[in-house]
Parts: sequence; C-alpha cells; structure tokens
Amino acid sequence: MVNITNLHKKFGPLVVLNGLNLKTPESGIIAVLGPNGSGKTTLIKSILGMVVPQNGEIEVNGERVKKHWNYRKNIDYLPQIANFPGNLKVQELIDMIKDLRDKEARDQELIDLFKLEPFLQKKLSNLSGGSKQKVNLVLCFMFDSPLIILDEPTSGLDPVSLIRLRKLIQREKEKGKTILITSHIMNFVEEISDRIVFLLEGQIYFNGTVEELKTSTGEKDFEHAIANILTENHA
Amino acid sequence: MLKILKYSFYDLSRSLWSYVYFFFYLLLGVVLLFLNNDLSNAVITLMNVIIILVPLIGTIFGVMYFYNSREFTELLLAQPVRRSSIFFGQYLGVAISLSASLILGLGLPFIIYGLFQSGAIWDFASLLVSGVFLTFIFTALAFNIALSHENKIKGFGLAILLWLFLAVVYDGLFLLSLVYFQDYPLDKFSLVASMLNPIDLSRILILLKLDISALLGYTGAVFKQFFGTGLGAFTSIAVLSLWVILPVWRIKYISAKKDF
Repeated sequence: MVNITNLHKKFGPLVVLNGLNLKTPESGIIAVLGPNGSGKTTLIKSILGMVVPQNGEIEVNGERVKKHWNYRKNIDYLPQIANFPGNLKVQELIDMIKDLRDKEARDQELIDLFKLEPFLQKKLSNLSGGSKQKVNLVLCFMFDSPLIILDEPTSGLDPVSLIRLRKLIQREKEKGKTILITSHIMNFVEEISDRIVFLLEGQIYFNGTVEELKTSTGEKDFEHAIANILTENHA
Repeated sequence: MLKILKYSFYDLSRSLWSYVYFFFYLLLGVVLLFLNNDLSNAVITLMNVIIILVPLIGTIFGVMYFYNSREFTELLLAQPVRRSSIFFGQYLGVAISLSASLILGLGLPFIIYGLFQSGAIWDFASLLVSGVFLTFIFTALAFNIALSHENKIKGFGLAILLWLFLAVVYDGLFLLSLVYFQDYPLDKFSLVASMLNPIDLSRILILLKLDISALLGYTGAVFKQFFGTGLGAFTSIAVLSLWVILPVWRIKYISAKKDF
C-alpha cells in the first residue's frame, strides 16, 4: 500500500527522518510509535505531501507522491490538531469538504454515531476540543477510502466516544483497509494494532507484531516493552 | 482551483473588512464629487489617494488573510487538490474581492453623478485599471512575504516596510539621485527607475491618460517625450503585467517547496 524508500527530512539543522524505509502490508492496522519528536507526524505528512522531503521516494498504491496530488483521493487523513476555519459552521465545513472531494460520503451515519447533530449549526470556533475532534473524525471517515491515516485519533475524546471510535476502526479494518495510526495511549495501540512500527532517531527501530515486540524485549507487558526500548537507547 | 476561489470568496464576503473597504471608497467617491463638483478634478484627486492607499490595503489584507486562513490551507493540503491551486485560489479570492470593492465603491457614486454622459469616463477607467493592477501586484507581494515567513509579526513588519519603501522612500531616493547626478543625462535612468516601481508606473499610466504629464513631474514628462501617449501607456501596462506575473510565479515556486 505505502512504500517508502530512503526518506530523508531535515528542518534546518534538525534531522527528523534519516534514511527511513517502510513497506506496509495491503491491509491491517499499523501503529507508528516513537518518543516525542521522533518524526511520526513528519512521516505521515510526507506521505500526504504536506511536508516535502529532501531525499527518498514514497509510493502510495504504486503511485509516486512527489509533485502529484491525485493519489490523495484514496487517503483519509485525521490531523493531529483539529484546526478548522473558525468562522464556518460545522455543517458548512462538512459540505465544503464533500464538495471538494466530489465523492459519495456517509456523513450522516457518522454524525449520528458521534452524536454531533446538536452542534451542526454552531461555529467551529465555539466548539470544545473534544467536539472538534469528533468533527475531525467525521471529516476523516466519511469518504470510505482504502488508506486511512490517523494522527492521535484519541485526543480529547470521552470514554464513550473512544469505545465508538475503536469499533469504527475495527469495522474499517474488516473492510480490508490499511490504517496507519499514531498514538501515545499504549493500551489503545495494543488492543487494535496488527503491527507496530517504532521510530527512533529518524529510522525504523522495530517493525513487527505486538507479540514479537514482547518477546524481543523480554517483557510481558506492552507498555513496559516500549519503555524498555526507550531506556535501552537513552539510558 | 475554482472551488478554492469560491470558498475564499465566500469566506471574504462574510468578513467585515471587505465591507469597510467598500464603504470607505463609496464615501471617498461621494465626498470628492461633492467637494469638487467636477468629474475630472475628482479623478485627479482620487488618483493621489488610490496610488498610495490601494497598495497599502492590498499588502495588509493579503498578509492578514494568508495568516488567518492557515487552518483552512492545512485542511485543503490533505485533500486531493493541487498545491498551486490552493494558493492561486486564495490569492485570486483576495485580489478579486478587493478589486470589486474598489470598482463598486468608486464606480457607484461616479455613475450616479453622470459619468457616462461625461468625457472623463476614460480617465476614470484608467484610474480603475491601475487601481486593479496595484491590488493584484501588492496582494501577490504580500502572499510572497507571508509564504516566506512563519512569524506573523515579522511578515506584517516586512509588508509594511515594502509598502513604505515603494510608496514613499523610493520617490525620495529617486529625487535625491536626480538632484545629485543632475550634470549627467538622466532620461534613461529615470525611465528605468520608474519602471522598477509599480506605484510610479501606475501614476504614469494615469497621467499619460489625463494628458497633463508635462505638468506633473519629471517622470511623466520623460515618459511622454520618449514614447508619446499611446506607446507610453502600452509599455506601462506591459511592465505592470510583469509586476503581477513575477510575484504570482514566485507564489507557485515557494509554495511547492514549503512544509506544512
């Protein structure tokens, strides 16, 4: 699905991605983990073409990303921080994105799922962080694309919405989609992901299943296994 | 790109500032006509106002819009839309809506006063043409500055400095150099120097049209002497177009390399 070879990205003197290689399977949930500033968001934004890498090649579905834009038709993206134009109403924003994509959307189903109906006519600047995140989720999931990229999907959500989100992600996975997730909530990651990709110093330090991670670090608990990688490298 | 343009336009049409700008010009037009009681005189007075004010508003508005719509831009960048379409759409949205405020705000009082029955209609048209050119030029320059600088304060500062330089300082330096080098032939120098500044250039465009260039400054006189009215107007329009095309091309160039 996504094929990345030798990706390099620097922001000024700061090296964020340093020759990263990654090939994702055709379907399943892949969690991209790593300490703060390890380049998770930069990696995701490179796939989306929002960040322009200095070097390296990214292919999505066999289509090169560099200088192309049409491949984004097949990607649903949930940005980390839900920044929306504040003077728009929720409904207007949803309609606008539908108009831009020109694709069939299941917005009503998702609005019902996240109970957003009472907020539709409110301005985005007046919404709470959690409600904004729900709008963010509706915008992301409404197009039914084969590749879904979620940057911190859990942030600001209440426990009920979190359970709904988890179910939603599982349902999407069963449709045979590829889902890339970054998150700092370890039990969320452990429960839903099929593969773990661990970024460290701009490269992939570990790529395998949760079980493989546990055996390779000799820890029974997932959270400790992750902590183990970090302390081994930074102690 | 048209969809982006549509939404930028929609966004701006709900912004108070577009209306403030529109009503300012409406008021200016009415007051000038009332005070001068003559179309041609009002056009000349308006020229002096437009030449300074339109670039200022284009610059400030362009920078402000770009920084304020950052969220909108980021949202669009993840959609299947070409990058240059996003920025061109936003640029055209700002430039067209500012131009519309200018044309409608000034046009309405002049039409009501009886512009179409008067001989001043072409003078007025050349005033509007250069006003529109200046809007497009300075909005594009503002977008360039905002694209190159993440820091809002720095972007605003630079934009104001650019306007101050082209609208005020440039003429001062120009004049000083004319005085300083008065023993040398300066025709070609002054010709080139005024081409390099879009504000000077649009002044020439209007002056040539008004046919009073010899009375209003050295640059106008030189231009008229060199080109005669027809060719002079043509050259200034060509160079003004270049002033639009180059910054717009640079918007595409920088935006293609920028990280969001």
